[in-house]
Amino acid sequence: MRDATTCDVAIIGGGIVGCMIARELSRYRLKVVLVEKEAEVGFGTTKTNSGIIHPGHHTTLDTLKGRLVVKGNQLYDTLQAELGFGFRRIGELVVARTEEEVGVLREMEELAHQKGVPVEMWDQARLRREEPNLSRELIAALFAPTAGVINPYELAFATIESAVLNGVELWVDALVTAIDPVDGGLRVTTRDGELTAHTVVNAAGVFSDRVAAMVGADTFRILPRKGEEYMLDGRLKGLVRRLVFPVPNKVSKGTLIIPTYDGTIMVGPTAIDTDDRHDVSTSPEGARQIFDLVRGLCPSISERDTISEFAGLRAASDTGDFIIGRTAVPGFYNAAGIQSPGLTAAPAIALYLIQQMGEDGLALVEKERWEPQVEHPVRFAQRSVEEQRALVEADPAHGRVVCRCELVTEAEVRAAIAHGARTVDGVKFRTRTGMGRCQGGFCTTRVMELLQEELDIPFHSLTKRGGGSWMVTPMGEEA
Amino acid sequence: MFGRMNRRYDTVVVGGGPAGMGAALGALDAGAGKVLVLERDGEAGGILNQCIHAGFGLQYFREELTGPEYAERFLAQVIDRDIDVMPSSYVTGLAVDSEGTKQVRVLNERAGLASIEAASVVLAMGCRERTRGSIRIPGTRPAGVLTAGLAQKLVNQKGYLPGKRVAILGSGDIGLIMARRLTLEGAEVVGVFELMPYSNGLNRNVVQCLDDYDIPMHLSTTVVEIHGRDRLEAITVAPVDAHLQPQLDKARKVPCDTLLLSIGLIPDNELARQIGIQLDPVTGGPVVSSTLETSLPGVFACGNVLHVHDVVDYVTAESLRAGGFAGEWSREIRRPKDSIQLVPGNNVRYCVPHTLSPDREHTVFMRVKQRVEPARLRVGGLMEKTLRFVIPAEMISLKIQPEMLDRFHGDRLTIDIDPA
Repeated sequence: MRDATTCDVAIIGGGIVGCMIARELSRYRLKVVLVEKEAEVGFGTTKTNSGIIHPGHHTTLDTLKGRLVVKGNQLYDTLQAELGFGFRRIGELVVARTEEEVGVLREMEELAHQKGVPVEMWDQARLRREEPNLSRELIAALFAPTAGVINPYELAFATIESAVLNGVELWVDALVTAIDPVDGGLRVTTRDGELTAHTVVNAAGVFSDRVAAMVGADTFRILPRKGEEYMLDGRLKGLVRRLVFPVPNKVSKGTLIIPTYDGTIMVGPTAIDTDDRHDVSTSPEGARQIFDLVRGLCPSISERDTISEFAGLRAASDTGDFIIGRTAVPGFYNAAGIQSPGLTAAPAIALYLIQQMGEDGLALVEKERWEPQVEHPVRFAQRSVEEQRALVEADPAHGRVVCRCELVTEAEVRAAIAHGARTVDGVKFRTRTGMGRCQGGFCTTRVMELLQEELDIPFHSLTKRGGGSWMVTPMGEEA
Repeated sequence: MFGRMNRRYDTVVVGGGPAGMGAALGALDAGAGKVLVLERDGEAGGILNQCIHAGFGLQYFREELTGPEYAERFLAQVIDRDIDVMPSSYVTGLAVDSEGTKQVRVLNERAGLASIEAASVVLAMGCRERTRGSIRIPGTRPAGVLTAGLAQKLVNQKGYLPGKRVAILGSGDIGLIMARRLTLEGAEVVGVFELMPYSNGLNRNVVQCLDDYDIPMHLSTTVVEIHGRDRLEAITVAPVDAHLQPQLDKARKVPCDTLLLSIGLIPDNELARQIGIQLDPVTGGPVVSSTLETSLPGVFACGNVLHVHDVVDYVTAESLRAGGFAGEWSREIRRPKDSIQLVPGNNVRYCVPHTLSPDREHTVFMRVKQRVEPARLRVGGLMEKTLRFVIPAEMISLKIQPEMLDRFHGDRLTIDIDPA
């Protein structure tokens, strides 16, 4: 347990939204604490996000999400230069099968012009030339070059690292159990200690209505919406070069083909309302829905090529829009109801919220020195042979391969731990160990040995992702 | 010498498990002067090092050895005969220059990213286990779902149990071996669940690892859902119908904290794929000629990277042959090109090699699709043989004599295994 402490701003929730707010606040002379219930940041909705940076023409300007998405998209180039996460603007296609659907594309084109989003209408010939593996039945597409793919967990890790580098305090394994008004602000009680904050930001994602209820600011409800994703075998790399969306309708529900930043093809997500805020299970129905739909877009995709599957929960609200800003409770702010395009909008959400907090009197005095850069992780497998040679010469630990499927070196794993990985998944999502064909069959023990060594904790205390996710148990112990 | 790596060799072997060591010895026997074995782990032996149970070497050494003992015998010969073995070395690429010389690019902490020259190369990288993703079990993704091989490594090499109450999906040999091993170490093994109506492991393992310990095997049953948030809490199992579809109305929940997957092995052919070697979609390994040469001239393959074997003795026999041809190749000896295509016929899933030459004796390995008891094996119209039983889990080894092929004038030879 930590000693009780005070701060200017407490942020509840270390998803991408909380991390972005923390980093933006770290520019100012404020004491900021971010409390996260999991063992590491980004382990909730962020980790299971589809990883798409939307161009912004799927949402209209009458919603907050529709207004923040374009600005968010534009902020990503600077963020990548500073934080070094995996991000590439590969562009997206919304593809049409019928003349009626082409009509929808024309409406989207019009909206794009209104919002200043660059788009281009492609005819069938152009579509076939650019994406020859797509279905021959598609007749047109709307191309948006500013769409990108991103590794959302890398973004969360790098963002919090930058925030911490600039003075933000990070509390993990610190589930919030109560928030009470006290002299000088709000007292936040967590599993890891208490803190009293002048201002509290609720970025608790799927649990944000429950956190709001702790101070009686529960003017909304979260209606979690599950999305299943299926990662396909590396043999399909290069099958499509851009994000491929069907024309939005009741059936498609946002399911698409995603050539991820690492080149692997991912298909999904579904959109299924659920009452269970921990339900991240995949289902045969979900798989059927997705594969039926994407096979219509790209016939060579098969369920048999699945190498891994997962699900995440969107923190959709009953208002259908983002809920960002001040509440009836002085000092308590929401950054809630963040669903798609929340990842894209996140940097803009932070700016929007902080502006309001400033208007309400939070002293936003810039620090003399603020360091925007973090050290970018080295990804050995992505380097040229000459660069690899130089890396091994500089550090022999690059000559020791930990994950053979994804060619991850010991130096990369040690660096990931030095930069905050505490769990097997923490290493996995920072370095890609265990993400390949063998799914950790060969490298898990080595990763655990390196965690044990670097963190100086017993082998059997290591977890997959914190909490009760233990990996092994000592021999000879009573069962 | 262990830990020595020069820049030029006659034959370079990728992989230091039983296949790699066998190939290196075979190459030396065939006259290769300098042979190098590249091993990605810190020591030679491959997966044998974690197989501390007995049952290895019954055919090759005519005695029962543990995995590490079997590996040790080969390593002793390899070192004794001055073959170089370089551990902790990972091959990142292979190129062939205009003269046919191979450049093997290898990553090693001391040598950096080195390029090793070789006249011939033998691929002996072994296999990997199929994972949860490859069979798509719905449900959550808690800790405690792992392959049987990883569990074996944790228990035998790290000294930790993967869990206390263990279910096993699939009846592959590693799963059966681990059922016994975990029981001996104090874990409770609640049962083995096998999708097929028969075991996928060797008969002797079913008897010695399950029956002797009263561990139930549920045939025609599979896992249909995984439960638990942080750690596995239970699985739902259901019997399957004749089309292998789960009958969900007969599903039941089995509490457990660990699920081991023993659902098959796949040749680990990333390197072969990367350099464009032709692969057989059925075996998952390279298409090879009767000299075990791949589609890339002077590159040979053997062991589990070629096709998944049932016992290591067969791996050794095959890799001695592959190494022999690789050694010959390095001395510029060329065998006549094969003229006969070997075709898997009735109930034959695959045969290796894929082609034959009439000039010498061949050993053909094959697997059947379905159990037949008794069975008649026919090779074209050339020979017939009765087998007591055949099952998919056990390989069939068949010798084909040159005299027999002399009488054959076609270019496609079909092997059928039908009920006798």
